[in-house]
Amino acid sequence: MSDGTTESALTIDDLCCARGDRVLFRNLSFAVGDGDLVHLKGHNGSGKTTLLRALAGLLLQEAGEIRWLGRNIRKLREEYSRHLLYLGHLNGIKGDLTAVENLRIAATLDGFEISEARAWEVLGEIGLKGHEDLPSKHLSQGQKRRVALARLLANDAKIWILDEPFTALDITAVDLLQDVIRRHLNAGGMAVITTHQEVAMIGDRTRTVLLGQTHA
Amino acid sequence: MLSTLGWIVRRDLMIAFRRRADIFTTLVFFAIVVSLFPLGIGPELKILRLIAPGIVWVGALLASMLALELIFSADHRDGTLEQILLTPQPVALLVVGKVLAHWLVTGVPLVLMSPLLGLQYDLPWPALQTLIISLLLGTPTLSLIGAIGAALTLGLRSGGVLLALLVLPLYIPILIFGAGAVEATISGLGGEAHLAMLAAILVASLVLAPLATAAALRVAED
Repeated sequence: MSDGTTESALTIDDLCCARGDRVLFRNLSFAVGDGDLVHLKGHNGSGKTTLLRALAGLLLQEAGEIRWLGRNIRKLREEYSRHLLYLGHLNGIKGDLTAVENLRIAATLDGFEISEARAWEVLGEIGLKGHEDLPSKHLSQGQKRRVALARLLANDAKIWILDEPFTALDITAVDLLQDVIRRHLNAGGMAVITTHQEVAMIGDRTRTVLLGQTHA
Repeated sequence: MLSTLGWIVRRDLMIAFRRRADIFTTLVFFAIVVSLFPLGIGPELKILRLIAPGIVWVGALLASMLALELIFSADHRDGTLEQILLTPQPVALLVVGKVLAHWLVTGVPLVLMSPLLGLQYDLPWPALQTLIISLLLGTPTLSLIGAIGAALTLGLRSGGVLLALLVLPLYIPILIFGAGAVEATISGLGGEAHLAMLAAILVASLVLAPLATAAALRVAED
């Protein structure tokens, strides 16, 4: 856990989060700069998802501050969301809609409208060729995850917050996703992820933040 | 910004169209509730005409409340709601889109069916006209106010009952002016004043309710 000495884009300052009465972590500080990958580690229930949701601005922390370019994200709200792509446990796709429709709607919500042709192209790239216009409820778990992950390719958000992005994916998809994340980092993006898989091979600026050491 | 709103409406309409059963449930519920009263009370036309506005309106109120849970619960379950909260657009605007889509699939069919149900009560044509207009002005308000309750009870186990307790009292003014408009038309006084009140309530809730709903959604996802 190193505190950024240079002016980092995303700064987590003395953060404390709790669920109910239980404090999950406190005095957590780290910074994420351009090209950084932060890998959150910790046992089950140590607050990884909570931290990611706080970083996304979905959850209000007990104490401390999260700053984007020096300004509190609570104040920035929509301006911060523009730079953010959050992918949680839930895929955030509609079972009644096809992969193409899901992707186009998700991209529009993210603020990047894409054409139908581009959506087909992206879904082909993520390995869903032949499944583009099936209702998503008929897809397998891994394929649904791929539909959700297709957003990463159709989006130029700067910060990626990914909660267990590798779950349900097969080996080729894991490789593909690692490649996508690497490209994002090389282009100056940043990513905060949790995963139980080894991701050390992604980028050379991977840092690990360990949760679950500070108990109340 | 408006294109996102359009997409949200389109999305919800597409989903609703692919799960038509949900829409029909509301509609059939409305038809049955309103039709039960003439069967129970008997074919005395004078009494039926007297109670018609109130009963059609109460039926609309209950049917619209029944449909409320559909607004956000599926989005909450599959994670699309958190994505909606994280969009670079104001959440209140997207709420307007969701409520609009919800009203189009649950409110509009209800309005279209009401004259048919009004006939069971031997309502004269001018009264039926007022009934349609009053429902047209009132049901969007029901959806807008109901959305606040739906957002507040999101993810709760006995959310349905709680939703009714939260929302029904807030529906009272709409019921009074809605049924009042039809009654006033029947009695020959003219329902314009009541309709104007309904329109005013609609405008006020269109401005305020989405903001409250957006805040409630943020709490629900916290």
